[in-house]
Order: sequence, then C-alpha cells, then structure tokens
Amino acid sequence: MITINQRDELPWQAGMTVQEILDTMSYTFPRVIVSIDGVVVPHDKYAVTPVPDDADVRVIHLMAGG
Amino acid sequence: MNSPDLPIRAEFVYDPAALELGYTGQTLYVNVETGAVEARPVTEEMKRTFVGGRGFDLWLLWQAVHDATRWSDPENEIVISSGPCGGITQYPGSGKSIAATISPLTDIVIDSNAGGHFGPYLKFAGWDALELQGNATEEVIVLINGASGRVQLLAAPPDCPTDTHALGHWLNARFAESENERELLSFVTAGKGSEHSYMGCLNFSLYDRKRRDLRYKQAGRGGIGTVLRHKRIKALVVRARPFKGDSNQPADIDQLKATGAEMHREIARWDPVQNRMRSRGTAYLVQTMDDYDLLPVMNFQYGQHPDTPQINGDVWEQRYTQNLPDGCWYGCTVACAHAVDNYEVRTGPYAGTQVIVDGPEYETVAGVGSNCGIFDPDTILEINFYCDTYGIDTISFGTSLAFVMECYEAGILDRTMTGGLDLTFGNSAAALDLLHQIAQGEGFGLLFGKGVRKMKAHFAEHFGAEPAFLEDIGMEAKGLEYSEYLTKESLAQQGGYGLTNKGAQHDEAWLIFMDQINNQIPSFEDKAEALHYFPMWRTWFSLCGFCKLPWNDVVDPKNAEAEEPAKIPHHVENYVEIFSGVTGREVTADDLISMSESVYNFQRVFNLRLGKGRREHDAIPYRSAGPVTEAEYHSRQARYDRQLKEWLGLDPEAMGVDEKLAAHRAYRMEQYEKLIDAVYARRGWSADGIPSPETLRRLGIDYPEVLAVVKAQLPE
Repeated sequence: MITINQRDELPWQAGMTVQEILDTMSYTFPRVIVSIDGVVVPHDKYAVTPVPDDADVRVIHLMAGG
Repeated sequence: MNSPDLPIRAEFVYDPAALELGYTGQTLYVNVETGAVEARPVTEEMKRTFVGGRGFDLWLLWQAVHDATRWSDPENEIVISSGPCGGITQYPGSGKSIAATISPLTDIVIDSNAGGHFGPYLKFAGWDALELQGNATEEVIVLINGASGRVQLLAAPPDCPTDTHALGHWLNARFAESENERELLSFVTAGKGSEHSYMGCLNFSLYDRKRRDLRYKQAGRGGIGTVLRHKRIKALVVRARPFKGDSNQPADIDQLKATGAEMHREIARWDPVQNRMRSRGTAYLVQTMDDYDLLPVMNFQYGQHPDTPQINGDVWEQRYTQNLPDGCWYGCTVACAHAVDNYEVRTGPYAGTQVIVDGPEYETVAGVGSNCGIFDPDTILEINFYCDTYGIDTISFGTSLAFVMECYEAGILDRTMTGGLDLTFGNSAAALDLLHQIAQGEGFGLLFGKGVRKMKAHFAEHFGAEPAFLEDIGMEAKGLEYSEYLTKESLAQQGGYGLTNKGAQHDEAWLIFMDQINNQIPSFEDKAEALHYFPMWRTWFSLCGFCKLPWNDVVDPKNAEAEEPAKIPHHVENYVEIFSGVTGREVTADDLISMSESVYNFQRVFNLRLGKGRREHDAIPYRSAGPVTEAEYHSRQARYDRQLKEWLGLDPEAMGVDEKLAAHRAYRMEQYEKLIDAVYARRGWSADGIPSPETLRRLGIDYPEVLAVVKAQLPE
C-alpha cells in the first residue's frame, strides 16, 4: 500500500511509477513537488521513477490561490 | 488637455507634488455635495503604520464616518489609493488601485482592488489617495488634472452616458486633446446596474495602445459602484503628468531593476510550462478546479461537471484575440489581462454593436458559468460585457443567480414570483433578462440586485420559504456573496471565507490545496497559523499597490527546495527588496507581516465600531462546510460514507440519508467552531473575536479612539 500525503492510500502494483500515481489521483496541476520517502523526484523523471511498496509519497501542489 | 464646456461647480488649484520614495505626501479630499476640495498631508505616522493603499483608505475613512454611518449616508466616503510601490514599472503587477467604502451589502467596510491606470496616475497627478464624500445634488464628474494642477467638480450634462463602455468613449472625446493624451488619462466609472443594485462595481480604465481603445479592470466586490452612483458621480477623471519608470523617485532604482529583471526571466522561463497566464489568464483555473472537484457547480452543490471543457482555459485561449501577452499596468510580464475583440452583442440596449470584452477571468467563468449551469462561452461573454458596462460585480451576480436558480428548482420560487422568468439552471436567456432588469431597476431584478442576504429575508417573509434551508444554501458571509471555490472538504478555506474582515472573498486566504489536497496543515494549530500568515501576507499587497498574481502563479521549481515552499520565499524576498528599494525603509519579511497585522486589526476594530466584527458575524452557510441535500450526499456518497466511518466511527450501512446528513452537519460545524477558537487565539483576539488591547498596543494602533471601541466590547 502506498500512502499519499499522509492520508490517502493506493494499492501498490509492481512497476508503478510516479506518473501513474499522479494520473490515478487525477493530479493534473503542473506545479507539483513529488517526493518518495523524503527524496524529491525531478519533474522529468516522473514517468520512469518506480514507487516502492509502502512508500510515503508526498505530492505538494504549489497552488496558493485564486 | 481639452477643457470641455461643462459647468464648473468647484475648482481647486494645487501644486502637483513631486514624488519622493513612493509618496506624494498629500491626499485629496473632494466633497461632491458641498464643493469643498482640500489637500491633506500624509504624515510619517500614516506611512509607518498604514503604509498606503488599503491602509490609507481605512485610516481616512475612519476619520470621516460616525459609528452609525451607513453606506448611503453623505459622510460615507469612497477612498482610492495605490500605495508606495504603485506605479513602478520594474516589477510585474505593480499598478493596483485599492478602493474602500462602507458597503451596502455588508454594512461594514469593504475593500476591493483593481488593475488599470487610475491609482498610479493619481500619484502621478500629485496625490497618494483620493477621498470622495457627500451625495451630490446633480450628476457630476470629478476631474483631477495633474498637468495643470487643477481639481474641478464638473456638472455632467444630460447626454453624458452612464454605462461604462459608452461613458469611456464620451470622456475620451471630450477630455483628450490628442490620441497621445489618451494614454495619460484614466477613468473610474460604474453604470446603470450600480444605480439599482447593491452589487455595483467600479471600472478602472486603461488606454490600450495596441487596440487604441479603452479597457477596464474591476474593483468588483461589495458594492462600491453602488456608492459611487448614489453620490451621483458619473466619473472620476485623472490626467497624469508624463511619467517614466523612475517617477516614484525610488530610493534605489538599481535594486528595482535587478530584482525585476530576475523576476521577468523567471516568468519568461516558467510560465509557458506552468499556468500559461500570458496566454490564458486566470481562466486556466477552470479545468484545474474541475479536476480537483472544486469548481462550483449549480450553486456550490457539486465540484465537477462533464461540460466544463466547453468553458475551460483552452476555449478562452482560442477566443482571446490578438494572442499577445496583455498587461493592465506597464512592465507587467505576467500579462494575464486578456480580451475578446469585436464581440457582437446579442441582447439588450447594445445589441448589434461590437465591443471589447475584458476577460473573462476565472471568477466570472465559474460564477456566471458553471455555478449557474451555463456552459456556453458566448453567454458568459455576453454576461461579462453587460456586468462590466452596467457596473455589476460578476461574482455577486453569479453567486446570487446560482442561489435563485436553486430556489427556483426547489420550488421556493415560481414564475409568479420571478415576473415570468424561468430560472432553471442553465437558462442563459433568463439570466440575461434578469441582468437587464437590474440595469433598468425593474421586475425581479430589483430584488435580486440587493444580493443573497436580502433575498433570503424576502423569500422567507413574503414567499413562505423555510428560513433554515435558505440560510444553508444562500452562499454569503457577512452579506458578501461567496467567490467561486468549493470549500466543503477544506476546513481551512471555510475559515478563509468566514474569518475575514470583509466577507466571503478569497483574497485574504486561499488554502484549499495546502489543506485539502496537500494535507500540509492537518491540525487546528496548523490551520490557525495559515489563517494568520496568509491573510496578513495577502493584505500587504493591498497596502503597497501590488497584484497578488506574480507572487505565486509562476514559480521557479527551485522553490521546491525551500523550507516552506507554499510561502514562495524567494518571491517574498523580492518584495522585501522592492519595498526597500522604493521607500528606503530597511525591512525584513517579518516586518511586512507586521505592517499588515496593524492594518488588518484596525479593520477588525472598524467593523466593531460599525456594530459588527464579532464571532456571530464570522458564521458561514452550512453548504460551505458540508452537504445540505440528499442529492449532494448521493453525488459523493462513497466519500461521505467513508468519512462517517473514519471520523465518527459510524456504520453508514445502518443509517438513513437524513441521519447521515445530520451526523455530518454536527461534526463539521463543531470543527468550524474549534477552528474559530484556534484562529482567534493565534490572532490575539478574545473568544468573541475582539482584538485585545495588548494586541493593539503591540501593533502600534492603540489610539484612544481605537482602544475605546475595543474596551466597550470586552467584558468588565
């Protein structure tokens, strides 16, 4: 199981990438910071960065306002 | 400048002061009733404590009114000021005007900001702020001519239009001596809708060099346009002296250039791959809000709709003409102020004419679009044009329309009550008919224009509606209609709307993503800290003449490495440098927050002085916190059922919908009350929301008359 932002949970699947998590969560906003177990993932590596089981994934949207 | 042959009712000759460190050192007082015109000094105390912009507005308004003053009283003022950084051209978003008055919607002070050229031009005509007092006995125009050093109160002739787009052309034709001079003129106007409603807005003009025509930005919230027309002011006209990038006489122009250049590079590099403000403007938010279930749909019942792609940013990017970055003040590279040229009006008194429609911006698209079940771009453009030219706030109009549409579909209203209007969700023709009724001051539009709070009372008293249901679904706080974000799943943003000074406007705090999506502020203390910091931070923009957008709508990804990325610390540092570079005051980031805290608490005390500003006035409609109807519950049943299990340990399988709704309501409203406790404590306020004398002393606003207001409210 993967934990998203210390609250939401997603079932883990082998080979799952950061991009797949963003798609599953419908996180479409472009300005996000993604970290896995405290390590920030570069934007251009989302599609190729695998997410391990039991990972603590943080997806911080830099959206501070209308 | 032309001297139009208009009767002069009063004239004041002055020596246009040269700016120094962002200030002219004087404010202009005009009484449109008595003809009194005065120059008033800006003291060092004013600059230190109130800074400028909204701070000056509040301080001057405080001196002008009484405890019992209401919006229509002659002593009520409209005050307009930009702030010490307003009018610089080195940093994006530095041309804002901030207007304040006692609001017809809320009976407390409203502040609202706009782009356009008026605020900076007022400074370049020699004035840090403009006070307008009195109710004129005839239609007037206030002319502030910085070129000749004259202020004139002019009688407006019968052929002077009222609606903004027509009035702007009329003013340009009479006052501008040449095409070039049009660039040095700016107007503030309202429209016929402002005359017959409480949701009147101010239009601030700018002369668009590329289009060679006038455009307008709106100070929309709280009915300031209503006050303008009640004073029988047709227009404010300012003529700036020629100006340059250093006309503010800043302390360190090189600092401004260096900080600005870095920010311009950041925008050029990142905007095209982030929000694309330069091509889509704020309308980019429409699809994002829908994707995250946050777009108001059908009076804030739902957060998504399958037709949203018909009105999202991609659509508007195609509709905006010229396809050029388009700013509302010189030097702004965010350039979000887009427009649709040659739009042919389809309805009403201007049918068949071709006009420029500014925007539409996110709030307008969501407010008069999705929230009313309208997903037709042409209807949204038509409503946008008419709201602007009639001088009506698109947010209050949209949220009020959504409310009456739900009332209509719920059987609270029928055609006999609406004068024949079929106000079902999505009925574009009825929406436009209603808008024209407001401008004419007739039919159901006359009642509608008073806003949600007064409609609730009328529907209960005259139409037999259930008051509790109206309170639940009528989306206003303090009398101000909600702006266009769904807050049911963000307790912090419920506070962002409810725990405000002015009412339900998001420009104090917008915490939905930090709270609901990022889960960065999970505890009450976290939320209270955010509801302290962000309202103070955003208030600071309104003290200085800045637009909020360059702060956080385009950001170098290096910000991810910051300790508190939500604050965008490297942009905060930019503002420290710019403020010091203009005013010569050496400040820190904490100092900026302290400046705002003084003004913010002063505004809270101002509300107390006017009989509001206590805990009971920070209440929110339940729909802001949770689902009101069975339909809402069913639309997100999986989420709500899960929350009953996780939050309350209940078994939703064993509960009816009524029980589930009641359980949610009890829990969510209890959470809101706990949030209020935490926020008041963080802000240094009593449990009833009253700033303590210690807080006022700490902030340097412990003036005797301010302390007296607070002490009268506190228990012995």
